[in-house]
Amino acid sequence: MKLILTEEQQFLKDTAQSFARDKTPVTHFRELRDNENSQCWDESVWKEMVELGWSGILVPEQFGGSEFGMAGISVIMQELGKTLTPSPILSTSVLGVSAINMLGSDEQKENYLPKIVAGELTTALAIDEGNHHDPFAIDATAVLDGDEWVLNGKKVFVVDGASADSILLVARTSGKSGESNGISVFAANKDSAGLDITKISTADSRNYANIEMSDLKLDQNALLGEQDLAGETLEKILDLGRIAISAEMLGNTEEAFEVTVNYLKERKQFGVQIGSFQALQHRAAKMFCEIELTKSAVIAAMHAADENSNELERLSSLAKFQAGETLHLVSNEAIQMHGGIGVTDEYDIGFYLKRARVAEQIFGTSEFHQARYADISGF
Amino acid sequence: MRKQSKNMEHLEQFRQEVRDWLEENCPPTMRTPLVPEEEVWGGRNAEYVNPESKLWLERMGEKGWTAPNLPKEYGGGGLDRDETKVLHQELFKIKARPPLNSFGIWMLAPCIIEFGSEEQKREHLPKIIKGEIRWCQGYSEPGSGSDLASLSTKAEDMGDHYLVNGQKVWTSYADKADWIFALVRTGPKEPKHNGISFLLIDMATEGVSTKPITLISGKSPFCETFFDNVKAPKENLVGVENSGWTIAKKLLQHERNFISNFGLAGGGTGSGADVVNIAKKYLGEANGQIANSAQRENITLHKMKEHAFGLTLQRSGDEGAKASAASSMFKYYGTEHNKDRYELMIAAMGNKGLGWTNEGFSDDEQAITKAWLRTKANSIEGGTSEVQLNVISRRVLDLPN
Repeated sequence: MKLILTEEQQFLKDTAQSFARDKTPVTHFRELRDNENSQCWDESVWKEMVELGWSGILVPEQFGGSEFGMAGISVIMQELGKTLTPSPILSTSVLGVSAINMLGSDEQKENYLPKIVAGELTTALAIDEGNHHDPFAIDATAVLDGDEWVLNGKKVFVVDGASADSILLVARTSGKSGESNGISVFAANKDSAGLDITKISTADSRNYANIEMSDLKLDQNALLGEQDLAGETLEKILDLGRIAISAEMLGNTEEAFEVTVNYLKERKQFGVQIGSFQALQHRAAKMFCEIELTKSAVIAAMHAADENSNELERLSSLAKFQAGETLHLVSNEAIQMHGGIGVTDEYDIGFYLKRARVAEQIFGTSEFHQARYADISGF
Repeated sequence: MRKQSKNMEHLEQFRQEVRDWLEENCPPTMRTPLVPEEEVWGGRNAEYVNPESKLWLERMGEKGWTAPNLPKEYGGGGLDRDETKVLHQELFKIKARPPLNSFGIWMLAPCIIEFGSEEQKREHLPKIIKGEIRWCQGYSEPGSGSDLASLSTKAEDMGDHYLVNGQKVWTSYADKADWIFALVRTGPKEPKHNGISFLLIDMATEGVSTKPITLISGKSPFCETFFDNVKAPKENLVGVENSGWTIAKKLLQHERNFISNFGLAGGGTGSGADVVNIAKKYLGEANGQIANSAQRENITLHKMKEHAFGLTLQRSGDEGAKASAASSMFKYYGTEHNKDRYELMIAAMGNKGLGWTNEGFSDDEQAITKAWLRTKANSIEGGTSEVQLNVISRRVLDLPN
């Protein structure tokens, strides 16, 4: 495994970079926030991404995708992260596609994947139920009643849950909370009776929902894959999600750092550029080191996913851990080094801090992944 | 694609050749764990406790595989990056000992390749590669540590030779080395960076003397080196007079790259003990886990940083990066990480991590305590951590002076 990009991946990255710089600079995000756009991402921007083929990067060719893999979609997310570009790419093109492709029957794939590729359908993966990510702590239940599934329970902090056409619900069909066995995944139309979706308002001004299932009735085709057996695959789907969001967080970090270093070169106090102060220089240099480590962890994890490496779990946790730690550090230092303007709403740098803390929570904090890494490694 | 597969084919063929050659030529005891007394540094006065160490050095030196990526015409292996990787993989697979430790290979040879004359290449490189001549590094002086460019060992132009007077410090293994590569002041009136030259001096020359230094960890390879009216022939000047600082900086980058490998468990000197195993041994296990949860967390954090750092070294290699200002990152991170590892180890060992001699402590325990003390110098030698952070700030991030 070489820790570099192929020509194809570099091309995707360059395309995404131009796209983000030209079409969705940070002012784009600011407008969405100021206008209180209800889905928190722009329909026409998503349509352009779809035209570039980004919705189908993980989709097999037979269903209209390009199969450019996790490396392909990660480098796009990294570039979109630089300008805080909101889009349903994580919830739909990474999580939705992976869940349907890895769990679904041929018929289900045929039913969903071409629509996702065409931009006609977005999805959200509803998994967490508590204040912290805990993928097997599932209390929501699904019971077969005649030829119908009946689902009850709640889901929280569902990424893009407020706008998704189809919600992928993780529910327990047997066993008890904490067990990997007995977990199943169901696809439900957002308008289903018994499915109550409430948009929540978060610091990063993005799209999340809390979801209640009250005797939600779904036909048998709604079950993705086999009853009780989704647990292990779900971990893999989550690992792909973790890698993708780590790449986005790396992009957040790189941009916040660059903006800050540039500020250190411009801002003058005591008659000199503040970047000449060693107290700031050494902190900047340490951030540089952590960013380099993050780049390596992310690139190793995305290649591991594409090569089906047995190191995927460890590398995915390493990437999310390192991306979380580094973004945490850089987002705080960026504010401090900007001084007073850093804490004004008028200046963009605060957006990175608010996005950072939310992204750190998604699919497990650094602490979650540190514990997971220790367990996998046998420490 | 076709070119790539052709290369793959070539590499597999090369791998087979390497495997066959090693099978035939790597002596049996050279496949056993290295014991410190049997470390090989070569040189005129080398003593071999184990005769197979000598044989292994001779065979590898003959192939040029002690310096696999140096050009064949000067005695190197002439291998490209991928071939070198294959060689290392195969050596690793049979747990082969390093045939030669050498400041000549790690630091000096790349600089002679880049800055030396044709005569210097032909004279010095083959002897370095075969381990016939052992080199030491004359950089720091009592008054010039982090501010290296203020060095004052002077070399006066006497026509056909320089007359060298002054003192170097922290010269590793000066008492065992045959030659020294030294920074000397040839332009006393020039601005400090522009009056330095890079000079090669035979340690057997009259007027050169050395004195070992004892460290907080006990005995050390460091020495003071004194030059008292030492005559160094002019042909031993590398590059142009008064332009030695450029070479000095380049060599430091090679040195930093080398030292940064200390950050990886098993790299560099030290006990080679794994912190997780140490922790399980001295703190005990609960359900197969390190029993103390706070220390388990600290150690996990450390191992994750190590993993990411190792991947960064690998990525730097895959990107084909040469020694550059970014070497400072590796030096800074690697040495700080190594210090951290030993702090974690002695913390895990409790009162067993604090032994000094045999009474009450095993050899391994004492070795870890000594190694812990020795790591304190890692972030000082080869440029302090603070100097590395300065280099990153100024040369990588382009922050103002």
